[in-house]
This record gives sequence, C-alpha cells and structure tokens, in this order.
Amino acid sequence: LGAGLVQLAHLHTSPNSQAPVPALPEKGGKTRHGIIPEELFQILYPKTGVTGPYVLGAGLLTYILSKEIYIINHETFAAACMGTVIIYGVRKFGPDVAAFADKLNEEKVQKAQEVKDLAMTSLAQAIQDEKKEQWRAEGRQMLFDAKRNNVAMLLETNRRERVHMVTNDVKKRLDYQIALQTLHRRMEQEHMVNWVEKNVVTSITPQQEKASIAKCITDLKVLAKVQQAKTTA
Amino acid sequence: SLDRFPLGEKRLMDVKLGELGSWLGKRDFTPNGVLASIRNGHDRYYNKYINVKKGGIGGVAMLLVGYVALSYMWEYDHLSEYRLWEYDDLRVPTTYSIIHLKAL
Repeated sequence: LGAGLVQLAHLHTSPNSQAPVPALPEKGGKTRHGIIPEELFQILYPKTGVTGPYVLGAGLLTYILSKEIYIINHETFAAACMGTVIIYGVRKFGPDVAAFADKLNEEKVQKAQEVKDLAMTSLAQAIQDEKKEQWRAEGRQMLFDAKRNNVAMLLETNRRERVHMVTNDVKKRLDYQIALQTLHRRMEQEHMVNWVEKNVVTSITPQQEKASIAKCITDLKVLAKVQQAKTTA
Repeated sequence: SLDRFPLGEKRLMDVKLGELGSWLGKRDFTPNGVLASIRNGHDRYYNKYINVKKGGIGGVAMLLVGYVALSYMWEYDHLSEYRLWEYDDLRVPTTYSIIHLKAL
C-alpha cells in the first residue's frame, strides 16, 4: 500500500522540472590546430612550458616512423595530398561557411523569438482585458442601484395614480349626494311656492277683488289729474 | 583528502595509481552499465564540442581523425607487409622493399 501511495502522490505532477532551460554555451571546447584539445597544452604547460606538447608530438612522430608503427607506403602520399587540400579548403572557406551556418541558426532563433513575442503580447493583452472585465464587474452595484431606483419610481407612480383614482371616485360620489340634496331642497321649495301662490290666489275673494280694482281706478284718476295739472302748469 | 570516500564512486582522475586495478574491478560491467557509460561519454563529447552556438571544426575533425586512426589500427596486420626495413635496422630491408624498390 505504501508504494501505491507514493504513486498517488505523483498523480498530477509532471517529471519535467519547472526551471528554465539553460542557454547553449557560446563556443565549444577549444582545440589547437583543429584536432588537438587545448586541455593537453594546459596540462603540460607547468612542466614543459609552451613548446612541450609540440616536442611531445615530434618525438611521438619520430618513434612511430622509426619503429614502423606507421608504415610509409603509397597511401602516405595520398593522405598528404588530401590533407593539404583539406587544410587549404578549411582555411580559405571556413569563416564563410561558419557565417552561413550562423545566419541559418539566427533565422531559426528569430522565428522562434517572433512566435514567443507574439504569444507574450497576446497574453499580456488578454491579461489587460481580464483586468478590465474585473473592473467592470465591480460596477455591478451601481447598475443594481439604478435598477432599484427605476423600480421604486415605477411603484411610486403607480401608487399615485391609484390615489388619484380613489380621490376622483370618492369626490364623484360625494358630488352625487350633494346634487341629490340640492334637488330635494329645490323641489320642496318650488312645490311650497306653488302651493302658497295657489292658496293665495284662491283666497282672494271676489269682494276683495272689486275693492282693489276700485282702489286702482281711483288711484289712476288721481294720477291722471296730477298729470293733467302738470302739463297745463 | 578523498580517502574516506568508497573506491567505486571516485572518478578516474581521483583514483591513485595503485588503486587503479581494484577501481576497474568495481566498475559496472553489466550491459546496462556499459550502455550507460557509452551514453555518458557521448553526451560529454556532444555537449562540449557540438551542442554549442558557434562550434568550430574541432568537433567533427577529432571524430574523423579518430576514425582514421582506428581504421589504420585495424588494417595494421595487412599493412605490415609493406614495411621497408626489418627489426629497426635500416640496413636490413624487407622482401617488399627489395622487390619493388629494386624495380624502380
């Protein structure tokens, strides 16, 4: 069970380390004359100085030739020719080939760098947009306040409309009652006036009528006399 | 100063001359070990001379020189028929030199 737990601890991890990849070294190991590593010269320098390895090379060459460990035959000449041509070619065209290879490498690195830069800018832009969205989300409260205000205003308007309606209806009913009472009073009044007139008219006896007419005639005569006196005077 | 470390874990340059035999006995000669040592050597050479930004000719040239030397060693038995003198003595020529140089 312990082994299973160990594997369980590795469940969502990866074997790749998160450390950044170290850059390639600029130059390779140094070599003298292209084929002998520089370390040989450094090892021999304290004991034999600068010419030590060359003397070692010369001694080795003499030993190899004299003991015929290296046998001089027709291939030696071929090797010498080839060596000359190769060395001449490398000396003459080496730097150009190196520059060309460096240019190829440079282009590759530049392409990768472009991709990386593009990715970086787009991701940075994405971060900016995300922050903007977060800032916008913070304004939610203001939005809700505005909406709440709207709703409250609607409710208030509705309430006031209903209050008006109630007031109008109540007023109409009260006006109706007033009109009704006015009507009652007027009818009573007219009826009473009519009744009084009728009674008065029927109560005037013919004798009273005659007396009043005689009074009117005498009054008129007096008035005519006065008038006549005025016009002749 | 490296005496208190076990022999099998020391590097070649830190092993004393007298301990060389026993150190060689402690090395890992299983197939996995041999492969690991080959891979190690390859990685060291590759990362030092080839896997760099501005490599020189040395990385490839040393391999070619090594190939030439190795092929010469493998052909030595055949080439030794073309020797010019016997037994370090320039006055005793070989059959080859007698036949072919006399023909000149």
